[in-house]
Amino acid sequence: MIAATVPPPRVVLYEGAGSAPLDPGERTRLLAALLDRGYAVTRAVPGGAARDDASAAAAFVVLGRFGGTVPDVHDAAGRPVHVHDIGMSTVDEAVALVEESRAGRPMNRPDAGAATWKPWFPVIDTARCTNCMQCLSFCLFDVYGVSPADHTLRVENPANCKVNCPACSRVCPEVAIMFPKYHAGPIDGAPVSDADVHREKMKVDISALLGGDILAKLRERSAEAKSRFSKERSADAALAERRRCLTKLADAAAIPREVLDALPTPEEIERRTAEAARKAAAARDAREHATGRAVQS
Amino acid sequence: MSETAGSTPRVLYCRCAYAQVVPGDVKDAVLDGLARSSAAFEMVPDLCEMAARRDGQLADIARAVDPARPLHIVACWPRAVRGLFHLADARLPDAGVEILNMRAESAADLLARVGLDVESGSGPTTPQVPA
Ligand code: SF4
Ligand code: SF4
Repeated sequence: MIAATVPPPRVVLYEGAGSAPLDPGERTRLLAALLDRGYAVTRAVPGGAARDDASAAAAFVVLGRFGGTVPDVHDAAGRPVHVHDIGMSTVDEAVALVEESRAGRPMNRPDAGAATWKPWFPVIDTARCTNCMQCLSFCLFDVYGVSPADHTLRVENPANCKVNCPACSRVCPEVAIMFPKYHAGPIDGAPVSDADVHREKMKVDISALLGGDILAKLRERSAEAKSRFSKERSADAALAERRRCLTKLADAAAIPREVLDALPTPEEIERRTAEAARKAAAARDAREHATGRAVQS
Repeated sequence: MSETAGSTPRVLYCRCAYAQVVPGDVKDAVLDGLARSSAAFEMVPDLCEMAARRDGQLADIARAVDPARPLHIVACWPRAVRGLFHLADARLPDAGVEILNMRAESAADLLARVGLDVESGSGPTTPQVPA
C-alpha cells in the first residue's frame, strides 16, 4: 500500500558539461533498470534539460561520468544532493548507488512481488463526466469524494480501490470512468464509440437483471450468507454456498471474487451505502445551488 | 549544473512498469530509440502510480508546457493520460502537448512522431523495432 511508503528519489543522468556521455547501449540498460525498479529519470544533456531542476518536486540523485572529480550540488532548498561518478561502474553498480541513497526508506516498486501495490484505481474523463455522483453512491470503499472547490466528483482515495475491480465503471452512464491498466477499451481509456455508450447503458441495467439495484443485491447476498453461516456447522460449506450465490453477480458486474468475499457485514454495507448516498446528495445540492447562483448573477 | 532549454522536442516517456498493458517490445524499442538520441528527456516508471501519489513532479511537468516547444508524452490512450494528470491536480493544457500511444502504435511510428535524431553508438544506429 502506498500510504506506508515514501516517494522514490528522481535520478538525474547528467551528460552535460564536465560529464562524459554513456555508451548508447549502456544508457538503454541503465534507464530500463532504474525505471523497472521504480525510479524516474531525467536525462540532462548540453543545451537541453527537459525541465529546470530547481523547480523539481522530488529529491534527486545525480549520476554522471565525472572523470573522478565529483561536483558539489545542492537542491533548491540548499541541501546537498547525492552525486555519484559512475565512470567505472557497471549498470548494476550504478543502480546500487541509487538504492543506497534511499537509506532504506520504503518505497512502492514494481519488482517487490507480493509487496508491490499495483496502481489500480478509477480515472475520470472530465470531458464526459456529468457529476451525477452515481459512482460515489455505488463505491463501498470511499474511493470517490467531492472537490470542495467546485463540488465536482473527485477520485479522493485511489489506494482504497480493490485491485482489478472495474465495477464502478459499469455504473457510469457516460462511460466516463477509466481504469488505465484494464485490458480492453473503452475502460482502458480507448476512444468511446456510440456502440460503447449503448453497451455500457445496457450494463447499468444489470441491476434490473438481478432484480433490483446491485447494492441491494449485495446486501441481500451477504445477509443470506451470514444467516446460512450461523445455521451451518461447516464454515467451508457456508463459504462454498456464498461463492455459488455470488457467481452470477460477479460475472455480470465483472467484480473479482476476492472483492465479494471480502465484503463487510450487511450492517457495515448499509452504513457505508447511506454515507456515500448522503455525500452524493450533498454534492448534487451544492452544485445546483452554485449553478443557480451563477444563473442569477 | 542547470542546463538551458534548447529547441529539441521535449519528451516524457512512461514505462508502465506496474502492469503488462503496454506491449513489452514496443516500450523497449521506444526506450532504446530515446536512449540513442542526443536529446534530453524525462522517463517515469509509471504515470498511474505517480498520479495515485499525486506526485508533485506531474505538476512540474504540466507547468513547464510551452506551446513553442511541444511536450510529447509517450504513454497510452490520451484520455487516460489527461485524466491521470487531472487526478494528480496537474492540469495539462490543450496546446503544446501531444500524447503518443504505445498501446496502439508501433515503436517506429512513435519515434518518428517524436522527431529525435538517433545517434550512432556501439550498438545499432536505428531503434530496435520488432518486425
Ligand atoms: S457515474 Fe460517471 S458521470 Fe456520474 S459522477 Fe461518476 S464518473 Fe461522472
Ligand atoms: S499512463 Fe498508461 S502507459 Fe503509463 S502507467 Fe498508466 S496505463 Fe501504463
